[in-house]
Amino acid sequence: MTAASPFPPLRVVSLYPDVMNVYADRGNLIAIRSRAAEHGIGLDEFDVSLDDPLPEEADLVLIGGGQDREQQRIAEELSGRGDTLRAWAEDDTAMLAVCGGFQLFGRWYRDKHGAILPGAAVFDVTTVAPGPRGPRAVGDILIASELPEVGEVVGFENHAGRTYLGPAARPFGRVLNGRGNNAADGSEGAIYRQAIGTYLHGSVLPKNPKLLEHLLAAALTHRLGRPVELPSLEAPYANRAHDAAAAIARERSAEG
Amino acid sequence: MTVTGTNGKTTTAHLLAAILREAGLDPLTNHAGSNMERGLIAALVAEAGPAGGLDDRDQRIGVFEVDEAALPPLFRELRPRLAIFLNLFRDQLDRYGEVDSVAIGWHSMLAAGSPDTAPGDVGAFTTQLVLNADDPNIALLGEGSPRTVTTFGVDDPEVALHSAPHASDARFCPNGTRYRYDAIYMGHVGIWHCDCCGRSRPTLDVSARSVILETDRSLATFAIGGTEVAVEFPLSGLYTVYNALAAAASAHALGVAPEVIARALSSAGAPFGRQERFSLGDKTVRVLLAKNPAGLNEVIRTLAASEGPVAVLAMLNDGIQDGRDVSWIYDADLEMLAPRRPEVTASGDRADDFALRWRLAGIEPRAVVLDTETALDAALDAVQPGHRLDVVATYTAMLDVREALARRAGVASYWEATG
Repeated sequence: MTAASPFPPLRVVSLYPDVMNVYADRGNLIAIRSRAAEHGIGLDEFDVSLDDPLPEEADLVLIGGGQDREQQRIAEELSGRGDTLRAWAEDDTAMLAVCGGFQLFGRWYRDKHGAILPGAAVFDVTTVAPGPRGPRAVGDILIASELPEVGEVVGFENHAGRTYLGPAARPFGRVLNGRGNNAADGSEGAIYRQAIGTYLHGSVLPKNPKLLEHLLAAALTHRLGRPVELPSLEAPYANRAHDAAAAIARERSAEG
Repeated sequence: MTVTGTNGKTTTAHLLAAILREAGLDPLTNHAGSNMERGLIAALVAEAGPAGGLDDRDQRIGVFEVDEAALPPLFRELRPRLAIFLNLFRDQLDRYGEVDSVAIGWHSMLAAGSPDTAPGDVGAFTTQLVLNADDPNIALLGEGSPRTVTTFGVDDPEVALHSAPHASDARFCPNGTRYRYDAIYMGHVGIWHCDCCGRSRPTLDVSARSVILETDRSLATFAIGGTEVAVEFPLSGLYTVYNALAAAASAHALGVAPEVIARALSSAGAPFGRQERFSLGDKTVRVLLAKNPAGLNEVIRTLAASEGPVAVLAMLNDGIQDGRDVSWIYDADLEMLAPRRPEVTASGDRADDFALRWRLAGIEPRAVVLDTETALDAALDAVQPGHRLDVVATYTAMLDVREALARRAGVASYWEATG
């Protein structure tokens, strides 16, 4: 903790950052670093990859997308960490799991060959990949988040797996343009307490500043053990990039 | 001959054609970037005689750059004498799906052999391979292959990176162990081995040593099948050394003498839109194509090492040829350029996305301008007389800005330059 900061540093855990990193989800950590600095919040960062221990506690957990081969490589170890991750989620640790990371934060993932990969079961969701020739859900996506203060969230989805919500699951948002969890029920992602799972790349946090603020506030609330509201700051390029990407998502879905 | 890989196809094909011309051959090439089936057909049709056939002269040889996903279905039709593989990085994941699926496509294509022969017949594997030994994704294509393989790579730890970049696309050996590196040259490309199974970078047939990277040119010693020659060419950055090496290795596989290779490389110049330079009054403009994290990283590294003040016009488009998804800009290490305090003007269809990425890298853009001509004016305003503007652009943005630059500089436009 620096003398100037009114807050203790946030403990940020990046899970498998060197394996589940194929799709620019590192941009989420880059955005968190920058925004936290603007708020005067320090970060203690922990990269946790294969064979690395988890820290004692975490305020914010991040995991990104990977290819099938990479998901297979981490699935067993990650599911073995499920007890800790679920306990953290119960304790309102903020989490953002994107694409492959979201799938493996579910109960299980059935890959294109029919093999079942166990998940960490933070979310009550399951995912089924279609066969080798199954179509991928690829394109711009715009959703209306279930979180009122977050509003519309924009990004790019690229996944073969179809995710289905179990009875205990709540979607992260409703698809306005794009495909979402399974291209059928209009749901996108999942929320459990302060954990968010989503298919949105982009990277999603840089150009969705309200979602970024929401996660930071949740992480800080966890750190301090009391509700925190962050002062509103300008996000000049972020808002313009958000609006431009949202316009493109609407346009392209109108093209079919 | 086919040239494929994520980055460097156009430059390698250009350099290879120059070497073959120097050797007295008559290369037939496709237009820069027109590297899918129809681009190849167009190149062949343009050369066809009235009867529809190609003039089969002794000195004729086809040098085609081919898109990495388009190659497998074309391979049996083309039956190339040499198949040259440069590298495999993450690129346009919205189109290719996953990096692994491209590699799987190449492996099954090469395992299938040529048509009209029985499976397992060694005679079926007449296409020789030219492989980048430093990229494990590429080197593995030669593993256990019945084909003749020529390898190339860099043997100069002086030009290695001090730490691995973020975007690395071959971390694990097929046996599941992490690769170890004695030197990383770019991305996952370097002097690699696996502690577990003993796989390692194959012996190099053609290698670069004593590499010197300058702002406007590169120098190296190429060891070509036991003969050392000094080479020099007007392209900067280690990634262009790999392209020159690939061209040299391919020419060597065809029996071209090392001296001829060195002579041709020094006079080949830059291909269309790849480090092309334009003079605008007392300022110069250089065009650098960057369309994926590995390519952008190498461009940034080249700019970070260049002399003089750094001014950049950064153009991000999201057309089909650029990749409709712009997420990839977060996999590139723009942060490397921050110590140089560059003057950055952001432009292109996704100018705001790019401006945001630069800002998060600690580089506040001086302007965000959507229109190309206006952006060019704004970017040139930041350049002092006698200095250079570097345009870093995705594919369609490069076509756009090159057209504007050619008009301003009074040089040939796209169609004239490549027709």
